[in-house]
Amino acid sequence: MNGPQLLEQQVGRLVTRMGAVFPGERAVFRGEDLHASLKDMGWLELYLFGITGRCFTPQQISVVQALWCYTSYPDARLWNNRVAALAGTARSTGTLGIAAALAVSEAQIYGRGVDLRASEFLTRTRTGVDAGADLKELVRDEIKQRRGIAGYGRPITSGDERIAPMMALVRAQGLDGGPHLRLAFEVEKILLAGRWRLHMNYAALAAALCADFGLSLREYYFASLMAFLAGMPPCYLEAAEKPEGQLFPLPCRVLSHEGVARRRWRDAPLKPEAPG
Amino acid sequence: MNEESIHTRIWQEEAEPDNAFAAASCHCHGYDVYGDLLVHASWIEYLFLLFRGEAPTPGQARLLEGLAVALANPGPRDAAVHAAMCGGVGGSTSASCLIAALAVGAGASGGAREVLLAMEDWLERGTDLALWQTGLAAKPVDDPADVWPAPGHPAGFDPYGVRCTGPVLQTLAYLAALDGAPSLAWLQDHRAALESAAGLPLAMSGVAAAALRDLGCTPAQGEMLFLLLRLPGAAVHALEQQDYGHKNFPFFRVELENDPGPAQKVANVAEAGA
Repeated sequence: MNGPQLLEQQVGRLVTRMGAVFPGERAVFRGEDLHASLKDMGWLELYLFGITGRCFTPQQISVVQALWCYTSYPDARLWNNRVAALAGTARSTGTLGIAAALAVSEAQIYGRGVDLRASEFLTRTRTGVDAGADLKELVRDEIKQRRGIAGYGRPITSGDERIAPMMALVRAQGLDGGPHLRLAFEVEKILLAGRWRLHMNYAALAAALCADFGLSLREYYFASLMAFLAGMPPCYLEAAEKPEGQLFPLPCRVLSHEGVARRRWRDAPLKPEAPG
Repeated sequence: MNEESIHTRIWQEEAEPDNAFAAASCHCHGYDVYGDLLVHASWIEYLFLLFRGEAPTPGQARLLEGLAVALANPGPRDAAVHAAMCGGVGGSTSASCLIAALAVGAGASGGAREVLLAMEDWLERGTDLALWQTGLAAKPVDDPADVWPAPGHPAGFDPYGVRCTGPVLQTLAYLAALDGAPSLAWLQDHRAALESAAGLPLAMSGVAAAALRDLGCTPAQGEMLFLLLRLPGAAVHALEQQDYGHKNFPFFRVELENDPGPAQKVANVAEAGA
C-alpha cells in the first residue's frame, strides 16, 4: 500500500482509544465514562490518567501536586513568567500570555528541556548500575561527554530551596525509598566529593520521584509541563492591574549597540525610487 | 543605580531629547530604518538584512522573494493552516490562530523542524552525493532526552508522496535558475538520485532548506524564517473560516475503539433494584 492509499484510509474519521464526546449524551475518557466511573477523580488524577492510562496512589498524587506547587513562583522577572506579565502590561489576553509563557517554559537551560535530560540520565544510569556498572565511572563519563549533568548544579546559586520541603513531604508520604531517588542522592554525593562541587537541583529530584512512580520519559514530560503554571496568572494579573506599559519599561539607553557603524543603503533593486 | 542593558548587534536607537522611552532614530545593522531603508529598501531586502546583517545582492533578494511567495500559503489542507482555521472557526483570538499555526507548523513532519534538520544535513553532507545517499538510507535517530519527537522520515522529503509534486518542481526550477543558488542547482541536478536514496519524493521543505542555505542562513535562522514566511496563509484561512462559521467546517466521524457505552443512570439502577 503506498502513501496516498494509507492516507485515504484515514480520511474523514478519527479512530481512537483516547475518547470522544457524544454531545447531549456522554463523554468517554480513555475507555471510561467521564461523568460516571471517573466522576470522583481529582483534576491532577485525571490529568495523569489521561497521560498514562493508569491511576496513582493518593500519596503519589500529593507528591506530584507538591512538585508543581513548590516550583510555581509568581516572580515576573523569570523569563517564562515575564512573558505572561508582558502580555498583561501590553493588554493582551490572559490565555495568550499564559499559553506563550508555558510554551517558553520548554527551554534548554530550565523547564522541560532539563526535565527530560535529567529523567533520561537517571533512568539510563539506573539501568547501567543494575547491570553492574560503577556509578562513579558513569557520572565521570556523563560529565566528560556532556560537560555537565542535567539536574545538578544551578546557574545562579548552588543551593535549591525546593529540595528540603519537598523531601519532607516525600518522607511524610513514605515515598523516600525509591531506587531513582536513592540514585539521585548518590550521584549528588559523588559530585560533591569530587572537584565538580555540584548540588542536586529540583529537576533531578522531580525526575527521580516521577521515575519511581513509574512514569516513562515521555509521560514525565507531559506530567511536568504545567509545573510553573500557578505562578503565571499572578504575574499577568498584577501587570494588567497596573497602568499599561509600566512593567519593565526600557529606555533607549539600555540598548548596548555592538554592531556595525552607520552606513547608507544602496539603491534598492526591487523597489522603484520614491517620487520626488 | 547600576542599570542593566540589552546587548545587540542588530539595533541602535537614539532617544528623543525629551523622552528616554521614545526613539528619535533607529538603525538596523547600521542603516537608518526610517530615514533610509523605508525609502530605498523593499520589505524582502529588509528581511534579509535583519537576518543576515548585510544588504542582499539582487540575486539574494530575488531568491528570498521567490521563497517567500512559494511558502506564503501552503493551503488549507496543511496541518498548520488547519490548526489556524480551528482557531478562526470558533472565533478564537487572531493571535491564537497564528500561535496554533506556529505550534503545528514547527514540527519535523512538514514543519520548520524538518527544515532545520534538512539544513543540518546540508552542513554535514554538502554536495557529496555519496554522503547524502548513506545519510538518507539511515533511519532518523531518536534522542529520548530531546523535547522533539523522533522524525518519522528523512528531512526534506514527502513521507506519503508518490512523485515530486508540481508546485515543488516549479519552485525548485525557478529558484535553482536564479543567481547565487548553488545548493538549489545541485538539488535540481541530483533530485532523482536523492529521491531514490530516500525512497520518497522531494518535498517543499527540502527545497526551502536548500534555498535558505543558499541565502547563507544557519539552520536556526532557516527554522525561524520558515515559521515566519508561512504565516500569511494561516492568517487569511483563519479569517475566512471565521466568516464561513463552524457549521461549514469539518468535524469528522469518530470510531471509538473502547467505548464503554452509555452509563446506567443511578436512578434507573435504583428503580431496577426496587
